[in-house]
Amino acid sequence: MPARTSWIPYALIAPSVVFLGALFLVPLVQTIWLSFSAGDGFSLENYQRMAGDLNFSLAVRNTFLLTLVVVPLQVVLALAMATMVTKLDKGRDLVLWVLTIPLGISDLAAGLAWLALLQNTGYLNSALYALGLIQGPVGWLSQETPWALFFAIVLAELWRATAIVLVILIAGLQLIPKEFSEAAEIFGAKPWTRFMRITLPLLKPSLQSALILRTVLAFEVFAVVYALGGRNFPVLAGEAYVWQNDNQNYGVAAAYAVLIMAISLAATAVYLRVLRTRPEQLP
Amino acid sequence: MADIVIDRVVKEFGTFRALQEVSLTVNDGEFVALLGPSGCGKTTLLRIIAGLETQTSGRIVIGGQDVSNLAPRKRGLAMVFQNYAVFPHMTVFENVAFGLRMQKAQQTEVKRKVERAAALLHIESYLDRYPAKLSGGQRQRVAVARALAVEPAVLLMDEPLSNLDALLRLEMRTELKAVLREAGTTTIYVTHDQTEAMGLADRIAVMYGGKIDQIGSPLEIYATPATRFVGGFIGSPPMNFIKVQCSQGTARIGDAALPCPATSKDIELGLRGEDASLSPDGSGIPFDIRVVEPMGSHLLLTGSIDGQSARIVAPPIAKVNAGQRVGLTVDPTRVTWIDSITGRAIA
Repeated sequence: MPARTSWIPYALIAPSVVFLGALFLVPLVQTIWLSFSAGDGFSLENYQRMAGDLNFSLAVRNTFLLTLVVVPLQVVLALAMATMVTKLDKGRDLVLWVLTIPLGISDLAAGLAWLALLQNTGYLNSALYALGLIQGPVGWLSQETPWALFFAIVLAELWRATAIVLVILIAGLQLIPKEFSEAAEIFGAKPWTRFMRITLPLLKPSLQSALILRTVLAFEVFAVVYALGGRNFPVLAGEAYVWQNDNQNYGVAAAYAVLIMAISLAATAVYLRVLRTRPEQLP
Repeated sequence: MADIVIDRVVKEFGTFRALQEVSLTVNDGEFVALLGPSGCGKTTLLRIIAGLETQTSGRIVIGGQDVSNLAPRKRGLAMVFQNYAVFPHMTVFENVAFGLRMQKAQQTEVKRKVERAAALLHIESYLDRYPAKLSGGQRQRVAVARALAVEPAVLLMDEPLSNLDALLRLEMRTELKAVLREAGTTTIYVTHDQTEAMGLADRIAVMYGGKIDQIGSPLEIYATPATRFVGGFIGSPPMNFIKVQCSQGTARIGDAALPCPATSKDIELGLRGEDASLSPDGSGIPFDIRVVEPMGSHLLLTGSIDGQSARIVAPPIAKVNAGQRVGLTVDPTRVTWIDSITGRAIA
């Protein structure tokens, strides 16, 4: 009997394999090939052009700066929110539902919503003007106010994408039996000690997933930045877009894409190593 | 060391009253088992003593100090959980050391106390392992060692043996008794297993429906149950209850007559299966045998007395068959009389 049915599992996963192969693997190989080819064969010309561009080092700096500020803030915020949500007895589902609304909004729509708040004639300026705090429209998102622009992007990203970390961490917290925390409490651990010595270590697998997901997405940040700052705040994905559409240079765009992928892979490798849970330490 | 006074503790969950004015005093160094079926409130009471649950009203006093509103960590107690709650991300050593670390004990003291607790529970050889590598019985030992390492005044145990297989449970039970006797810790032990309670405890509090039905030594509870519930819950087979008519101080069943307390007309004869013996000539209380089960050490006879089902224990070599009617003789001093209406024993 097993011999006759042995092809069934393969048949069942075949559609996914075909799907991934056609729509993921092939374009990936094509992109890598594209980035390393110029004219008539293998060449590093695209990468040289990318690295030589005025905006390149700015884009690298901005992307890393955003990621290094946004991701840790999101994890801390999500941890605090998750801890509070799991402590709720009533209305927990409603609170969770409200907190995760931003997840249902596309990046660009979120960027535009924040633009409506923060642009010269936006709600923020109107409110400040009404309160008499400013005399006229103040530009928050211009090239002259890079820190205000950076802060606005960080704010919008926090609003937009903290919920995905929250959802993963809440799922992780629910997997930890409450007896561990109770036992720690009986044996003298104060709330902060319980969090640091019990909850956080047992949450490590969920933290790892959340960090990988969020960091990879943070390195790809684009729509929110583009909506709020355009090219006033260059980021890697934005540069790839500019080279692809404005400059019609697909090779350099592909080089940017490959660079983003390499950075994401490296970050993932670091998380997998640093936050690994040895099998014998699993609950 | 410390005594524990539980003073009229009430616990309500919404409109449900899980504990109704429970009072209990546990003496210094005493081992008390809270015994009852699931849902009787025994675990809730233990969690209130620990401070993991807040009582609706009433007080908990440990060693003369009212701890009713104190956090668990300030109550000076240790606890063993039903599923052990041994921290999976710490080695056995760090698990046992956890309470001492929280007390900020010196490293040399931590080492000394962990090693002593480990020796007591025979887990010295796996101190550097992680709990996932241990069997259920070994994890259980780690949980007990963690509790004893802090040398607590009070030790609370919530069904600590219920996740072990039968043979291991028997072994751990014996060992636990020896270890705790040596430590001299005041212990409250929650269980639904009567043999555990009987074997371990100095006194047993039998709980039912959020109340303590009876508190007493294992022998007292067994021989003189205070209610029909206690008689039926303790003992294997459970106590038989036979409705009889008591007139002029005598209850008649077949050609047997037993002196009965004439306080109430509707009474029940509470009779333990092992307190009846087969009469050689078939006289006494008539018992119709339906099923004979040879248990090795004894025969378990199931049948009926006066049309009411009953279980009787007979010697393993007794010559009895299913379908046979035999006579039982009963020592009148070893029976319990129960008021049919209140369910309480008639003193």
